[in-house]
Amino acid sequence: MAKELNKKAALVVMSGDFDKLFGAFIIATSAAAQGNEVTMFFTFWGLRALKKKVPTGKSLFGRMVGMMYGGDINRATPSKFSFFGLGRWMFKKMMKNKNVTSLPDLRQLAIDLGVHLYACQMSMDVMEIPREAMIDEVEACVGGGFFVEQAANADFTLFI
Amino acid sequence: MDDIKVDLELDLKGLLCPLPMVRVSQNISKVPVGGVIRATATDPGSLADIPSWARSTGNEIIKQEQEGSNLIYYIKRIK
Repeated sequence: MAKELNKKAALVVMSGDFDKLFGAFIIATSAAAQGNEVTMFFTFWGLRALKKKVPTGKSLFGRMVGMMYGGDINRATPSKFSFFGLGRWMFKKMMKNKNVTSLPDLRQLAIDLGVHLYACQMSMDVMEIPREAMIDEVEACVGGGFFVEQAANADFTLFI
Repeated sequence: MDDIKVDLELDLKGLLCPLPMVRVSQNISKVPVGGVIRATATDPGSLADIPSWARSTGNEIIKQEQEGSNLIYYIKRIK
C-alpha cells in the first residue's frame, strides 16, 4: 500500500530574489520532508543564497559586481516592491509578524534535512566569487553537465 | 476511537508552511512502527500538507479533529 520512497527532485535556482529564494527553499524543504532526495543547483544571481558576507572580486568589474551585488542571503531583495531595500525591510517585518520562517533559517532547515546544495562553477568564475566565499555546506562547485545528470535521474525538476 | 494511545505529542501551533509538515517528518522516527504522534497545528495550510506528507511517505492519519483554531492530527507510523 505504501508507495516507494526516495523520489528525487532537482531544482535550478537562477534567481537571487528574496521571494523566489523563499519559494525555492520552501519547496526543497517540503520535498525533503516527504522523503525526496533533493538537489539544488544555484547559478548566477542564485549564488547569493550560498554566499558568505565577504567582499569578492579581483578585477575592477569583479569588485564592482562584489560591491553592487555583495552580501549574503540576508541582502536578497524582493523582485517587486524593492524600493532600494525598503521592500525587503517591509516584507521581512510582515513575515516576522506572521511568524514565517526567515530565509537563513529555511536554508539551515534544508541543510538539516539533507538537501544537497551545489554552486555553478562558471558563474563563480564570471562573478569572481571564490569557493571560500561560499558557505561550507556547499557540496561542490559543478557545471551544467552535472545538473543535467541529476535532472535526468529526477522525478521532478524546477527552474526558479 | 477515543482510546488512541499517543506516543509523542507535537506542539506545532503558530508554525507556518512548510514547518508543520517538516516537524512531523523530523519526529516520525521517534515513535516505533505502529506508534502514534498527536500533532496540534494552527496553520490551515497543514490541512492539505500533512495528509499529503502521509500519502507520500506511506504513513497514516488515523484521526483528525478541530478544536477552535487547533487542528489535531493523529499520525500513525506505518513503516
